[in-house]
Amino acid sequence: MCGIVGLFIKDPSLRPELGSMLTDMLITMSDRGPDSAGIAIYGVDTDNRTKITVQSNTPEVEFAGLDSDLGDAIGGAVSMRIKDTHAVLEMSDDIAAAAREALAEIRPSLRIMSAGDIIEIYKEVGLPKDVAARFQLSQMGGSHGIGHTRMATESAVTTMGAHPFSTGPDQCLVHNGSLSNHNSLRRKLIRNGMVFETDNDSEVAAAYLTDKMRQGCNLGEAMEASLQDLDGFFTFVIGTKAGFGVLRDPIACKPAVMAETAQYVAFGSEYRALVNLPGIDAARVWEPEPATVYFWEH
Amino acid sequence: MNLQTIDMAHVSLRELNTTLQKPDDATRVSGWEVINSKGSHAIAVGLDAPIDVTIKGSTGYYCAGMNKQATIRVKGSAGPGVAENMMSGTVIIDGDASQYAGATGHGGLLVIKGNASSRCGISMKGIDIVVHGNIGHMSAFMAQSGNLVVLGDAGDALGDSLYEARLFVRGKVKSLGADCMEKEMRPEHIAILKDLLARSGADAKPEDFKRYGSARQLYNFHIDNASNY
Repeated sequence: MCGIVGLFIKDPSLRPELGSMLTDMLITMSDRGPDSAGIAIYGVDTDNRTKITVQSNTPEVEFAGLDSDLGDAIGGAVSMRIKDTHAVLEMSDDIAAAAREALAEIRPSLRIMSAGDIIEIYKEVGLPKDVAARFQLSQMGGSHGIGHTRMATESAVTTMGAHPFSTGPDQCLVHNGSLSNHNSLRRKLIRNGMVFETDNDSEVAAAYLTDKMRQGCNLGEAMEASLQDLDGFFTFVIGTKAGFGVLRDPIACKPAVMAETAQYVAFGSEYRALVNLPGIDAARVWEPEPATVYFWEH
Repeated sequence: MNLQTIDMAHVSLRELNTTLQKPDDATRVSGWEVINSKGSHAIAVGLDAPIDVTIKGSTGYYCAGMNKQATIRVKGSAGPGVAENMMSGTVIIDGDASQYAGATGHGGLLVIKGNASSRCGISMKGIDIVVHGNIGHMSAFMAQSGNLVVLGDAGDALGDSLYEARLFVRGKVKSLGADCMEKEMRPEHIAILKDLLARSGADAKPEDFKRYGSARQLYNFHIDNASNY
């Protein structure tokens, strides 16, 4: 069992509230996943800038002087925002690839949570309310976001085993369920050049979609293909720069409820997660159909 | 009429269910109204008195589970497992119902005025279920007895591994499950359907429905049927 929440804002006036709405939804899903929690926030797009979110178990040591050290290593300006065990590094797009390589040299034990134009991922072990407070999730604004509360079944309870998983630029995936063919699929994806951080089944699903999109599929086509290639139980919520998608396996035993108003599209593992959203009483509320691709884009 | 309101913003779930389960309290008031349900789980479970409970909002998992005698109305939608293992009484959902509505129910009447999701009436054992809208896939899987009435359409694999439950569908059936077949609608079936439609406030003609039941080929294991299970 895990909990998933997602919010896609249609009315720009609600964007500053994204973090507070998602945080409330996330905490409501604590019963479904008290092990660890994570959130992906899609914020403001600053032209020609890349954000890399990194995590450290010793932030006071590893984040000290990280912006200047990284700037020196790649010969460009790097800014840094520290939030507890995470830091968001920002730099111009043309030096972002060099920055990733340099990070592995100058701070080899840092973990990269996400990279892209607008995505920031924060995840840690602990109760969702504690994780949300550590990163001040409720104060973040943005156009869309995805959260996950984890009850581990397939791999260890660690920061890297928490969701969301990001395997491509501005992409992320959260998963409720379990995949049975993830080991064989992981071997295939490694041969295609994908890199894995964990033994987790959900990371394989994320990498599968990234791999398909690298081959030229759009997200919808990648999701359709996954219905053929992924064996197991899943409800996925998938984020991209433009929006988010929802997909359930053909058996669809992992719960999912959606709500849509003129202001937003919301996803919850249970209706409880949606009850405090504005205008929910008048929202269109439905269960996404099995084996059906849903997608909303800005 | 002595109507009592329970506000779940101030009363715990356990207190709510304990109150509704107390026979002496139950007889003192004629009806109960539950507000601020907000999708909570296990509301009004294990009731065993002829009382009337109205939940003014949507509910989470297992609302009205194991109901005996009571009439429970949900003025919203219901989460997974509504009226699971109901023994008697009536449960009416104004909105939609999630997965496995009425699962394993032994008796009573479950009315869903919207749509029901997958596995509606799975392993039903005597309950009557009337769905005004559509039902999802694998509904009435291994259903043993009782009646499932659907005014709309049914999803894939209806009545898979069915025993002796009767399935009545007015709309389209996407596919039948293993050992489920269409059967002749005889006068006694029209009579059962007429009664259920009337009791569930459904505006439909019994003659417009088709009946599905067990082909009775998979009751006992036979090696030639191995690929059908």
